[in-house]
Amino acid sequence: MTSHIFTNIVYLISALLFILGLKGLNSPETARRGQKMAALGMTMAIIGTLIQHEVVTYEWIIVGLVIGSIVGIGIAAWTPMTKMPERTALSHAFGALAAALVGVAEYYHGQDLNTVRMSAIGSEVMLGSLTFTGSMMAFGKLQGILPGSPWTYKGQNVFNVSLLAVIALIVIILVFFPSTSFLFYLGLVLALTFGVMLILPIGAADMPTVISILNSYAGISAALLGFALNNKILIIAGALDGASGFILSIIMCRAMNRSFTNVLFGAFGKITPPVDGAAAPEDTGNKQVHSGTPKEAAEIFKNSKSVIIVPGYGMAAAQAQHNVRELADILKAQGTDVKYAIHPVAGRMPGHMNVLLAEANVPYDVLFDMDDINPEFPDADVALVIGANDVTNPAARHDTASPIYGMPILDVDKAKHVMVVKRSMNPGFAGIENELYFNDRTMMVFGDAKTVVGNITKELNDLK
Amino acid sequence: MDGALLVAGLYIFMLAAFLGFLVVSRVPPLLHTPLMSATNAISAIIVVAAILVTGGRHGTVVTVLGTIAVACAMCNVVGGFLITERMLKMFKKGDGKSEK
Repeated sequence: MTSHIFTNIVYLISALLFILGLKGLNSPETARRGQKMAALGMTMAIIGTLIQHEVVTYEWIIVGLVIGSIVGIGIAAWTPMTKMPERTALSHAFGALAAALVGVAEYYHGQDLNTVRMSAIGSEVMLGSLTFTGSMMAFGKLQGILPGSPWTYKGQNVFNVSLLAVIALIVIILVFFPSTSFLFYLGLVLALTFGVMLILPIGAADMPTVISILNSYAGISAALLGFALNNKILIIAGALDGASGFILSIIMCRAMNRSFTNVLFGAFGKITPPVDGAAAPEDTGNKQVHSGTPKEAAEIFKNSKSVIIVPGYGMAAAQAQHNVRELADILKAQGTDVKYAIHPVAGRMPGHMNVLLAEANVPYDVLFDMDDINPEFPDADVALVIGANDVTNPAARHDTASPIYGMPILDVDKAKHVMVVKRSMNPGFAGIENELYFNDRTMMVFGDAKTVVGNITKELNDLK
Repeated sequence: MDGALLVAGLYIFMLAAFLGFLVVSRVPPLLHTPLMSATNAISAIIVVAAILVTGGRHGTVVTVLGTIAVACAMCNVVGGFLITERMLKMFKKGDGKSEK
């Protein structure tokens, strides 16, 4: 008993350190100190648990701790910043798997499966399992192992909702008849299947939202496990993680103009590419696209006083962040003001662009959020769009027929010159033509982002 | 007894979630990626539950499940904190070499 009290006091301190750790993330100056506190809290919690008298054998615990640490260090050391979304999806999968496995183990050795405990274990295992397969699916789509395009079929939503209902029913039955173990394992398999089905209809470009939601689910499974085991630190840490994922989901939803229910019920497939939607391209078919060479682009840059760079997933895919910084350096050297405009859903996870630019040594005080930078576009000489598409489409403001109508966008079209670096005229994930490309002030520079930006930099150097 | 524990747990959950909302909503979008890896590391506290079930001598099946759970959770603990640190180290204010 005394060891319990001691451990619980340690947990209490850990919880406080976790909260302080998150609070540190309010600003880049305090973030690292906060993380050290959170890591200290974690170490204390682990040690406090190892000395509990329930722990009678250590060999397998040590095996697990060592393997996990080695893999964790490896992943942390070698994951390139462009692959951060993949790493995050994978870590949600690991977390959810661990939660589900502990739940299964608790059920298997089945001590004292009363109503409260069984409802917590049941819902926790189901949520953990579906988060595990869902996150693995998200990982597969991000990594390109699975096709990134949405996979839809008729009656998909009906099927998914029914599957979820069956899983919920199984959990309810289990609460009253905890010993019907075949139902438990049936539910487990169904939940694993549900996770796959849930992510199938979601396109790779919707990943910022999906990753946030899976983050929230992983946190909630940890909290539910805390209820099952009457472990307060699990409840607290799970609630913090769940709340964080929830907030990020809301931010991502707003940035894509989706309702929250739309996302909660997993109807991400809703924005389906208009397969027969030749309407938009036909409308704009007779309009001119002005394409330019890196040399022409460099001449415009030469005479500009202020430039706003708009990065998107294309920059990450081409690993062009370092070349972008080099271009910005030259512009700054000639006295041009350079800022970056970052849309909340740019990239494949929340904040992805900021990390990539930070990696390329771009100071964070020139990175601006959408609301802060939008008023500045009319005064900018050049808006340079690199690998961003739908978040710059002016159709979102006025074209009620457009699938992205109402989505908040970066007002790049208001700049005096717009330069778009893009591989081809292929439309973005929503399958929509971007009006911006047919604007008279827009110059398209076709090619790989890394090569094009590199060439512009070279031409600009030669002009001096 | 169990009902009382559940209610106590719900209180804790409610307060922690509320606090989480307050704290996280003040994190700037700049740091959203490190935020996600940090919360991910924190929720890997389930390593604690995995340790308890693995070390409890509950038979082979439980030990195997528990060991895998310990490894997965520990991977998130170590990987999560290290990668957060790696990212945060890169965020610098604008007085670096890129200055004119």
